[in-house]
Amino acid sequence: MDLHIVWFVLWGVLWGVYFMLDGFVLGGGMLHRVLGTSDTDRRVLINSYGPVWDGNEVWLVTAGGATFAAFPTTYALMFSYLYTPLLLLLFALIVRGVSFEFRGKEDGPLWKGCWDWAIVVSSFIPALLFGVAFGNIFAGLPMDEAGYHGSLIYLLNPYGIVSGLLFVLLFLEHGALYAAVKSTGSLSRRAEELAKFLWVPLLVVAVGFLAYSNFATKLYDNYLAAPVFAVVPLIAVAALLAVRLFLAKGETLAAFAASCATILGVVFTGVVGLFPNLIPSSLDAAYSLTIYNSSSSDYTLRIMTVVAFVFVPIVIAYKIWVYRLFRGRVSAETLAGDHEAY
Amino acid sequence: MDVLTLSRLQFAITSMFHFIFVPLTLGLSILVAAMETRYVISGNEMYMRMAKFWGKLFLINFALGVVTGITLEFQFGMNWAEYSRYVGDIFGAPLAIEATVAFFLESVFIGVWAFGWNKVGKKMHAASIWIVALATNLSGLWILLANGWMQHPVGYVLRNGRAEMVDFMALLTNPFGLLKFGHQIVSGYTVGAFFVMGVSAWHLLRGRNRPFFKASFGMAAVFALVSTLMVAVVGDFHAVDVAKTQPAKFAAMESIWDSCRNAPMHLIAFPDEKNQCNLVSALPVPGMLSLLAYHDLNAEVRGLNSFPKEDRPPVLPVFLSFRAMVGLGTLFIILAAVSLFFHRNNLLEKYPWFLRLMVFCIPLPYIANQLGWVVSEVGRQPWIVYGLMRTSDAVSKSIDLSQVIGSLLGFTLLYGLLGFVDIYLLAKFARKGPEETSTGATGAFGK
Repeated sequence: MDLHIVWFVLWGVLWGVYFMLDGFVLGGGMLHRVLGTSDTDRRVLINSYGPVWDGNEVWLVTAGGATFAAFPTTYALMFSYLYTPLLLLLFALIVRGVSFEFRGKEDGPLWKGCWDWAIVVSSFIPALLFGVAFGNIFAGLPMDEAGYHGSLIYLLNPYGIVSGLLFVLLFLEHGALYAAVKSTGSLSRRAEELAKFLWVPLLVVAVGFLAYSNFATKLYDNYLAAPVFAVVPLIAVAALLAVRLFLAKGETLAAFAASCATILGVVFTGVVGLFPNLIPSSLDAAYSLTIYNSSSSDYTLRIMTVVAFVFVPIVIAYKIWVYRLFRGRVSAETLAGDHEAY
Repeated sequence: MDVLTLSRLQFAITSMFHFIFVPLTLGLSILVAAMETRYVISGNEMYMRMAKFWGKLFLINFALGVVTGITLEFQFGMNWAEYSRYVGDIFGAPLAIEATVAFFLESVFIGVWAFGWNKVGKKMHAASIWIVALATNLSGLWILLANGWMQHPVGYVLRNGRAEMVDFMALLTNPFGLLKFGHQIVSGYTVGAFFVMGVSAWHLLRGRNRPFFKASFGMAAVFALVSTLMVAVVGDFHAVDVAKTQPAKFAAMESIWDSCRNAPMHLIAFPDEKNQCNLVSALPVPGMLSLLAYHDLNAEVRGLNSFPKEDRPPVLPVFLSFRAMVGLGTLFIILAAVSLFFHRNNLLEKYPWFLRLMVFCIPLPYIANQLGWVVSEVGRQPWIVYGLMRTSDAVSKSIDLSQVIGSLLGFTLLYGLLGFVDIYLLAKFARKGPEETSTGATGAFGK
């Protein structure tokens, strides 16, 4: 079996699972002040992902680490080419993490207000930047033998912005659905209404993204070559439609599950289209970073494969256990009885 | 200032800032786990309150440790792309394994511990903090195996224009990495122990919650004595290994310029880098350095002058940091021994000056930890991978000066602000004492 392909799939899985799990925390964070109209509601929101957000973020660290170990050249070039957006991303993730922890540690409205806004902004920035970055990777970066010819402004091309918008809307929808599932009373109802409302612009942008990709990227070449893979974007579209159907029936948990499938579907639509590139060059395909010319040695890939196949299932097992442990809705009453809540 | 200098400065700032939180996480997780275990075994509620009180400080500290750690992983690619490309085949593996086997465990079970008081049974709850403690240590092991490889590269060949891994076991059993891990882990325990002793002393001075803080002090004192002794023992083995594998660093640590057999150790010395000699060196202990470095009185110690100038590390910071670290380490052993003696004989409150001293000692193990990293990392220069790749060849080619200036300013401002808030919150909750923080909805977490 070709370990390069194994690691390419694993690379996609790590990013996909990261977006699926951190997506609802980023979405909830962006909606922190829209849904959280009172201090209690905001605490409910934070505590609904309080026990799990840290573990969710580790998928990002693992995706980064796996890129480093399996495709070191891609890791090196991607991270140095995207220096400024990654920096902003880092600052946002740092601020978001401490905001959850620090917000409840003081009483003053100024203190809480500052951290509330910090949560909103530090959730929006990663959502947007991940979208912009992945859109630009789908389209290819301007690189040749002399290196990279782009800049932060270059990344904000129309296709990059559409991708950024798609990610923001995906996560907003995902976050609203999570809030609807995990909270009670009017907060839950408002979240459900918001999810219904957000679904329309999400659909419009998703359709626009799929159409635009035909012109801005070469993603569809692989689908034309092997039409069977078209099932991946079809799953994404079907899952997105299912979100609305389940919402119409008031089945928010099923809608949230469909939203998870949508995010995975979107990520894998891009991953399948990219193959065998990790980052195509928009200038000359000869300088594209592929899973063959940027990978680690077979020896390292073998070691990492053993590690991944032993430990990733274990990680998934205890993560499922933790999600089951903290299942159920968060409300003002459950918070009042819980001294350790945020 | 160029991209290289600023990138080095940035890595120094971000890793040292990260390293304010890591040692306390290492030490405090074990202490909190021990407290909760005593609660589970004895049923004595005081130990549960202890786990909650110290656990709250642990969580405030933990949050910053996690978020600042991500910065370091990203920076290898952002600022050190040439390094990442050249050695990624071997260096990337321990980082990826750390995330997969340790960081996940730590981050998932800290959630179980913090939010699971009413969700899981007593034993499972205590087990979750032990898992966090274990995972934190395991994290340290992988990171230090990665760092150990930069210090003493093993198990690789140069092929296809880069370093490729050929022997994973060599990486795992690299003595440099393992000794460094051992030295670092117990240094972290020392930080945790002195933190708990210092905060307890502050409360004992005010006569508050006396049984609670006496018990906390006692547990930390035992932990401190064991840890500080281990720091010295493992540190000695580590220094011996450094003398063997990184002779230039060792010479800088001791400021030895000319190679000699039966090398003495000068109790007072001060390097003069310009003239490649010592400005002062007095009070020699004959043969001591040969003995310490090679456990042999007649062994030859290589001096800095036997290395080409461009292969020597900056001497002064390495030398001073090493001396200060060893001095502090010795002080910690004495303080830990006195603490345990006073505690056992119920003398603590008879000597308020000692309690006050212990309050002021809280920052010292932090400083010793940072100094250790200065010795280790500045002493490795000019190499990023010792003897294999120079730091100057490792920096990213595609980033420009304005980007690094921007990031450096951003990190400095953000970290400065967060550091300030963190110290403020730690001090606030450390002062509150256990009663105020565990009375339901008025507790800090309850807001």
